[in-house]
This record gives sequence, C-alpha cells and structure tokens, in this order.
Amino acid sequence: MDAELIAMQLFSGVALGAILVMVALGLSIIFGMLGVVNFAHGALFMVGAYAGLYVATLTGSFWWGMLIAPLAVGAFGMLIERVLIRPLYKRSVDDPLLLTFGLGYVLVESVRIGFGNEGMPFPTPPELAGVADLGIGYFPIYRLFVVGVVAVVLVLLWLGLEKTRFGLIVRAGARDPQIMRVLGVDVAKVWLMVFGLGVGLTALGGVLAAPMRSVDPEMGALVLAEAFVVTVIGGMGSLVGAVVAGLLIGIAVSMTALFAPEMATIVMFALMALVLLIRPQGLFGKPGRA
Amino acid sequence: MTASVHSVAQVMAGPTGQRGWRARLAAWRVPLSILVLCLLPWVLPSQALAVNVLIYGLVAVGYNLLFGYTGMLSFGHAAFFGAGAYAAGLGIGQLGLPWYAAIPFGMLVGGALAFVVGLLSIRTRGIYFSMVTLALAQLVYYTALQANSLTGGENGLRGFTVARIELFGWPVDFLDPIKKYYVLMTFAAAALWFVSRVLGSPFGAVIEAIRENETRARACGYDVERSKVIAFTLSGLVCALAGTLFALHLAIVPLDTLSIQTSGMIVMMTLLGGAGSFFGPFIGALAFLLMEDVVALWTPHWQIVVGTVFILFVLFLPKGIWGTALAWRAGR
Repeated sequence: MDAELIAMQLFSGVALGAILVMVALGLSIIFGMLGVVNFAHGALFMVGAYAGLYVATLTGSFWWGMLIAPLAVGAFGMLIERVLIRPLYKRSVDDPLLLTFGLGYVLVESVRIGFGNEGMPFPTPPELAGVADLGIGYFPIYRLFVVGVVAVVLVLLWLGLEKTRFGLIVRAGARDPQIMRVLGVDVAKVWLMVFGLGVGLTALGGVLAAPMRSVDPEMGALVLAEAFVVTVIGGMGSLVGAVVAGLLIGIAVSMTALFAPEMATIVMFALMALVLLIRPQGLFGKPGRA
Repeated sequence: MTASVHSVAQVMAGPTGQRGWRARLAAWRVPLSILVLCLLPWVLPSQALAVNVLIYGLVAVGYNLLFGYTGMLSFGHAAFFGAGAYAAGLGIGQLGLPWYAAIPFGMLVGGALAFVVGLLSIRTRGIYFSMVTLALAQLVYYTALQANSLTGGENGLRGFTVARIELFGWPVDFLDPIKKYYVLMTFAAAALWFVSRVLGSPFGAVIEAIRENETRARACGYDVERSKVIAFTLSGLVCALAGTLFALHLAIVPLDTLSIQTSGMIVMMTLLGGAGSFFGPFIGALAFLLMEDVVALWTPHWQIVVGTVFILFVLFLPKGIWGTALAWRAGR
C-alpha cells in the first residue's frame, strides 16, 4: 500500500467528511436553538440535490444550481417551521421529531412523483472536471472544490455567529430563549431564520454531494443516519463537535474502504457505540445534556 | 413500596367516575383482542391483509411497551423485528430447526440484540435516544447487507419454506392461509397475554412512572436504568416474535424488514392507533394497512397519503385513534 494511495484516500475522506459537516451543522444549529431534531433533514438533503439538478439543467449552469437550490430549499424550510413545527413547541420534544419524520416520508414520495424512482446522474461541471497534481498525488478537482466551498461556508458561519448582531442573538437564544423574550427579541423570528439556515446548509450539502454520486430519492436515509452519528460523536448542539466529528467520520469511512471495504458502512456506527460507552455526551458535548 | 404502586395504578385508572367501564375494559382486554383477531380473516377484504395486521399489530404492541408505556421513542425497532425474522429463517434453513423451535430461537436472537442495543442507547435520553436507536438499527441493516453469504444480502433470505407442520400429531397444511393464520395467531395471543400481564404488574406501574417523571421515579427508589433496559428487552422480544411469525408466513425475509422505513412504519402505526393504550397498536396497524391497501389501488405513491395523514395526526390527534376515542368517552 503506497503512500500516494493513502493520501488520496485520506483526501477523499476529507471531501466526504466536508459534506457530512454541512448536514450535521444544519442539524446541530437547529437543535441547539430550537431543541428540535429534524428527522426530515436527510430528505431535505435529497431535495437539495434534486433542486440543484433541476436548476442546473434549466439554466445549463451548475453554479446557478449551487446558488439557488440552498436558498430555495432554505426558504421552504422556513415555511415548514412556520406552518408545521411552530404549533408543536409547547408539546413534548417527541412531537416535532415524529412530525418531521412523517414529513420526510412525504418529501421522498413527492420527489418520486416528480422525478421517478430511478437515480439520475448529476454531471460534474466541466470547469471542475479532471484532476489536479498537488505534488503528493493527483486529486479530483471537484473534491478540492467541495472542501474549499465548505471551508468558506464555515468561515462565513463563524463570522456570522461571532461578529454580527444576529449571531449574538442566536447564541444568546440558544442559552436562554426566555430571557431573550424578556429583553424584547422576537425569538419566533430568530427560530424561523435558524431553521431556514439549517435546512439551507443541508441542501447545499446535497447539491455539493450530488456530482460525487448520483441523485436518487433514497439518498437521504443514509445521510440522516450518518448525520446522527456525527452529532452523537461530536456532541449534540456543538458546532465545533459537528465539524471535527464530520471530518473524523469521513476519514474513518474512506480509510476503512481502503483496507476493509466490507466494513466501510459499519465502521461509523461502531465508532458511535464506542463514544457512547466512553463519553455519552459526545466529544464536545456538555455532560448533563445527553 | 406496594402502597405507592397501588396509588400509581389508581391514578392511571382515571377519575373515579369513569373507573367502571375502564376497569371492565382493562380486565377483558386480552380475551377481547383474541376474539377480534379470530374474526379478522373473515371481516377484512383479504386474508393476506389479516395476516399483515396480525404481525404488524404485534410488532406495534411490542413497540408500544417502550414508546407508549415507558415513554422512550425508539426509531430502531425494525432491527429486532428483522433479527427475529432472519434468525428464524436461518434456524430452519441452515440449522435444520423445526418450525416450533425456530420461534424461540428467533426470539432469543432478537431479544439478545435488544438487550445490547438497550444497554447502549439508554445511556442517552430524550431526542438522543431516538437518534442512537436509529443509528444502531442502521448498523444492523448494513451488517445484514454485508453478510451476503449468510443473509442473502439485498435479495433477502430464502430457502426455508415450511409447507406442512405437525400439531400434536395432526398434519396441518401450512400453505393454506387460514390454517396458517390461526397457527400464527396462537403465538400472537400468547404474546398479548404476556404484555397485558407485564403492564398489570408492579413493573408496569414503574415504567409508567418513568414515563411520567423519570426524576421522581428515581427519587422513589426505583432503578430507572435497569427498568429501562428490561422494558427495552421485553419490547424487542415481542417484536422478534412478530419477526419469526413474519418469516414463517412469507417463507422469505426481505432485507427491507431491517430498514429505517420499517422502523418508521412501526412508529407510525403505534401513534396512529394510540400510543400508551392496549388496543391502540392493533388499531393503528389495521388503519395503516387498510389505508395502504385502499390508496395503493389509486396510486403507487400511497406513502405520500400515509405520511400526510401521519403529520395531521401528530398535529391534531397526538393520542391516536383509540386514545382520542377514550379521551372523548371519558370527557362526556
């Protein structure tokens, strides 16, 4: 096993992890603020991929798909929050979870009606096709691009949360929505925005992932489970945890694919079981919240 | 200890005014369920539907023990249903077990799996619990998918058809749907009796106490963790039994029995019927499968209708069909 192959596999693990980071971040942001686990998150990832494909075919440009799909799906997410989830805030935490699960069902079936049961190819944009020589090996340009985009989104997100007034409200609201209300912040509006943001992130993940695979209506189910694994390992509601655990899982999966391919889909669940045994609150989670 | 158990049971029985009919209904719940199950193949449009209601109803009953009565929302119960089915199929096909030994064998495997998953997942609470059970069930799914040589991978498990069985010396044609239904029903009836006993026992009161207020149950001196693991295992055991019946019924085990869709279907059925009520799960399974049957005549996309109905139930009728009916009756 030569070093070049390992480096390449390591890198494709980072690219895979970058997608997971997008999905898990969306899940974690929504949970941290609203206390809601969005079980439709995987389905919205899939919807994001289809929306990207649709817009890209319509306009003939991948870039429009990448730009418009997350915004459109994010707006759709805000609609979901407003119409379906908001009535449930005063109820048990299980209710939004059950509802979003049913919503996932409806979304998958709607996509089947609109686009058929079969998977569809999502061509890599020609500008990003091919490989680049980085000195230590050849890497697919598209994957480098994905890692770059995710890095930019992470920096923007960090700046948005740490340096803006909206970020301040979001962070404070995650700690104590009651006090925020007393201080005169319209928490409902903030939650609406946050839900839209979280859904938009997973939709972006879907668009970015699509050219590395094909799109099919079932693609969300595995992604949802993976995102759960990432958030459990990283610590629920911890954004740093989502990033670290997402990359960790991506690398773990692609390294196992190299050495023991039949274990590749299993290894992340085994890792989660291990984390649960040693540190039930997750790597970056606060004890007591788990 | 006994005094507190009594008071919990009394509180659960509701206000004194309604105790009469509620208590009578509760006392007769097992014979009543069995009576309805006996009539099912003659009332429903098809016998295939009756067997499905029987099997999925039983899964939902097992699941309800955990979700409805202990208040733990598991999203991974397909794992135990599927494990029971696969183990029974493998027991007959590979180990050469007779059909009646395959049932306890499947329950043993499914129950053991539930015990391990329970031990791991109860380390988390609330929403985390749902996520962890879902992820662990996916682990089981992918393991079955990868263990191609044993489980048949994507094609499912085949090659263990039971065509004819001997019941106390009597040969029974197991390919006759009605005879098969009543053989399988006997096991489901036994499981219903068992679940009813568990719910009526002091342990049943303890798990309901955990559902109502975990901290207080702990403060009362109950071992919450142990009760949760026991409830989880019992629940998995009943689901595994349903899985073995499913394997005997179909004579093949599709990989889909382990999938997240099956887990979700179990949750949906339980909630539609009414979580935390004895009859709810069967009513939910009946409603779900009837809905599937009817809508599938119109469109292959029946899931969109079922999903929408489920969303409406979560929003407006979270107690489900039976739970709402009970509340309405009590409110009069």
